[in-house]
Amino acid sequence: MRYKTIIGLEIHVELMTKTKIFCGCVNEFGGEVNTHCCPVCLGLPGAMPVLNRSVVEYAIKAGLALNCRISDRSRMDRKNYFYPDLVKGFQISQDDIPLCDGGYLELELEQGVKKIRLMRIHIEEDTGKSIHTEDESSLLDYNRAGVPLIEIVTEPDMNTPEEAYLFLEKLRSTLKYIGVSDCKMEEGSLRCDVNINVMDTETGQRTNITELKNLNSFRAAVRAMEYEEKRHIELLKGEGDTERETRRWDEVEGKTVVMREKAGTADYRFASESDILPIGIEDAWIDEIGKDLPELPHAKKKRFIREYDLPEYDAGVLTQSRELANFYEETVELAKDPKQVSNWVMGDVLRRLNDEGLDVEDLKFGPKDLADLIGLIDEDKISNNIGKKVLRDMFETGKEPGQIVEEKGLIQISDEDELRKVVEKVLSENEQSVIDYRNGRDRALGFMVGQVMKATRGKANPQMVNEMIRNIIEE
Amino acid sequence: MDIIGLSARQMQEKLMDKELSARDIVEAHLERIEGIEPELNAFITVTREEALRDADDLDRKIRDGERLGALAGIPVGIKDNIITSGIKTTCGSKMLEDFIPPYEATVIERIKEEDGIVLGKTNLDEFAIGSLTDTSYFGATKNPVDLNRTPGGSSGGSAAAVQAQEVAVTLGSDTGGSIRQPASYCGVVGIKPTYGLVSRYGLVAVANSLDQIGVFGRDVSDSALILGTIAGHDRRDSTSMDMESIDYLDDLDEDIKGMRIGLPREYFDIDMNDGIRDRVMEAVGIFESLGAKVDEVSLPNTKWALATYYVLAASEISSNLSRFDGVRYGYRAAEYESLDELYMNTRTEAFGREVKRRIMAGTYFLSREHAEEYYRKALQLRTLIRDDFDRVFEEYDIIISPTTPNLPFERGAENDPLIMAESDTFTVPVNLAGNCAISIPCGDVEGLPAGLQIIGDRFKERRILKAGYAFERYLSTGGGR
Repeated sequence: MRYKTIIGLEIHVELMTKTKIFCGCVNEFGGEVNTHCCPVCLGLPGAMPVLNRSVVEYAIKAGLALNCRISDRSRMDRKNYFYPDLVKGFQISQDDIPLCDGGYLELELEQGVKKIRLMRIHIEEDTGKSIHTEDESSLLDYNRAGVPLIEIVTEPDMNTPEEAYLFLEKLRSTLKYIGVSDCKMEEGSLRCDVNINVMDTETGQRTNITELKNLNSFRAAVRAMEYEEKRHIELLKGEGDTERETRRWDEVEGKTVVMREKAGTADYRFASESDILPIGIEDAWIDEIGKDLPELPHAKKKRFIREYDLPEYDAGVLTQSRELANFYEETVELAKDPKQVSNWVMGDVLRRLNDEGLDVEDLKFGPKDLADLIGLIDEDKISNNIGKKVLRDMFETGKEPGQIVEEKGLIQISDEDELRKVVEKVLSENEQSVIDYRNGRDRALGFMVGQVMKATRGKANPQMVNEMIRNIIEE
Repeated sequence: MDIIGLSARQMQEKLMDKELSARDIVEAHLERIEGIEPELNAFITVTREEALRDADDLDRKIRDGERLGALAGIPVGIKDNIITSGIKTTCGSKMLEDFIPPYEATVIERIKEEDGIVLGKTNLDEFAIGSLTDTSYFGATKNPVDLNRTPGGSSGGSAAAVQAQEVAVTLGSDTGGSIRQPASYCGVVGIKPTYGLVSRYGLVAVANSLDQIGVFGRDVSDSALILGTIAGHDRRDSTSMDMESIDYLDDLDEDIKGMRIGLPREYFDIDMNDGIRDRVMEAVGIFESLGAKVDEVSLPNTKWALATYYVLAASEISSNLSRFDGVRYGYRAAEYESLDELYMNTRTEAFGREVKRRIMAGTYFLSREHAEEYYRKALQLRTLIRDDFDRVFEEYDIIISPTTPNLPFERGAENDPLIMAESDTFTVPVNLAGNCAISIPCGDVEGLPAGLQIIGDRFKERRILKAGYAFERYLSTGGGR
């Protein structure tokens, strides 16, 4: 590969603390505009910020989960710039002593494990939101002003848009796992900027870095990176490099557009925020937070493979969210066969959830119901296919599987005499198939079994039917 | 009865003895304000209605035998950079000409809880930046001692109002001397408490690592009384500290025998009015006669203090005043074509010259190119200056010095900014170190008041109050007891 792409990410994540970072206002998405506000988060003259301890705790939690070093002493600083959504003319952030530094996440790629290093994680306040109306006026909603954020900055360790995507996915699942953020890109609780350039490995020449903004989904991020990758390679080929610049992803046009040139030259005139005392972090506190940290996805996946003897793929899917993993484990505890439970959870359960855009928390039934359903199948009370039907019913009504089976009369027919009657009737009506089967056309057997199932409205025990037909014909 | 001639504590006694009603006290002061304000201009806003209503409420409480607060019946003036709910808070600027805050500063809540009666908002240099109280959008304040002189600043309105007996006590703010210097020029007592003693929640920030709310009174007791009511931890200001006891009155009159006093050598190497020097040396003699031990001490980094202060204050000003952008409240330019123009026109039109000068200087000091040689260097020097004081306070209880090296300036004279800055020479280091200090009248020079500054270690307000009280009593009794 002659051209090497270099990608670094800057990710802003809103923390799910109860209140904002510097005041007692509720930290909640949405709400009627300008109602989650007070003198502090509106930056009124004379109002002073008081740092929310939970924000520091959440950030440390994130730092530990991402293998960072936690600073024993940190500080808040002011980042000075003007913008209408910024109430004080400065953002309270962290400059040279972030709460966490270093750290990494490991990606499992086909060619092996790749470590993506983090530069730092710091805490800061979110800004308000500007809403631009059609008559060209701008409205401001300050509900978001003062919502706590962590900014995660990676080293430029990713070399393909795919790697950046995998990193983002892993970061999201990790942060959701430890419960510090819901990481919803569509609600802006996870936002990502990309720094990208390309190096010609033969000449050593590099393009200037482009900063990409307005990436509203992981998919948009990937598309924007792919677009830029191509654009930068063209620049290298054409010897016409652009200045370091900031570009915006235009989803409709499917291309990036220059926002401002010479990005990175903005002077934020950092100064220390003396209204907030320096933050001292004792080891004991870090230990305490570390103890409460849930098992991380990677560790959980390894345990699933070991403990439940699952294929790596299954373990990966089942541990993608803490809730799904819990659902699985609780079901396994009540059912017998972990692989069988995995098939159900990964198959019908997850497929339906994905189709409807729901999460496992939205299910109307619990692990016990799924375990019961699997139990009914194991005990030959219903067939696998009927099981699927029952599950669909459970999705909609939340009723217990036993009840559904009973109400709809779905108990499997395993009575040999009863079955024999049906089978004989089907065989007599389908003589041609019997002949075909005798002549070696195995497919005919399937057809006949199908007819029996149809006649019993799926309640016949398919294994018994299968055997019975073969026995009768081969007698 | 000469009501306005009474001290705050005397007014309170007469209120308790039912010789005076709160309404009597408030009306007498309102009358005084009405009479002298056209000449003096110490107030931006007089809250006549509210004050009379509060007085009547208090009189009812007295009749009903309810428990009364520590400031019951005392008329108070508030520097107009301290937020008052529902009452215009202008900071002396066109920017906030009509700004009515929706919340209350902690110090105002405390004054009200203690039944103090707010009579209005006092004049100041625009955004408390200046030392003459002549950059206010609402006109300059005069010095009641000599109307041709300035009252000093930036809390000139608060100092003048106490001297002119418009109110008994006032609140001010001190970033580099803004309480002590006008107290000295107006011949009243002014206290800049330790950084963190009094909540700054509701003080419009100028240089927030240096700003501190403090008080003016006509004597040490009055000043100690109001300081005690506003001091103490506030959960809305995480830099405020909790003190064991803030009743500064209970041991005020203890004698100061054996007190160790430092006289900083470097402060007397500076060009100083001879009369002021004489008054301060006389004060040294008085302290010695009261049994204190006075030694020369050294604060070697004093020479860096003014430059350090100027850089830090301007840097913080440039950041703190960024919020005044015309978007949410305050002045907004009538004409603009773009967002940048909205900002530029608003700030160009509504900020005064001195404020702009500081904003521009501070922006430069914080800029990426220059932060290392200015802002960061100043932070380092600040540590050295603080260390100087800490070393001296290991051995000494208080430090004494003149409050200012010069007498109040004449009004309207073309004052050289550098000479103006020099008038802050003795006050600025105290803010940089975060210590406490009081300015007390120490006699006249050419018919004008001179001030003695007593500096204490952090949170050692009791010591400077005790020393100040002993000194004041010595002067008022002509040396006898």
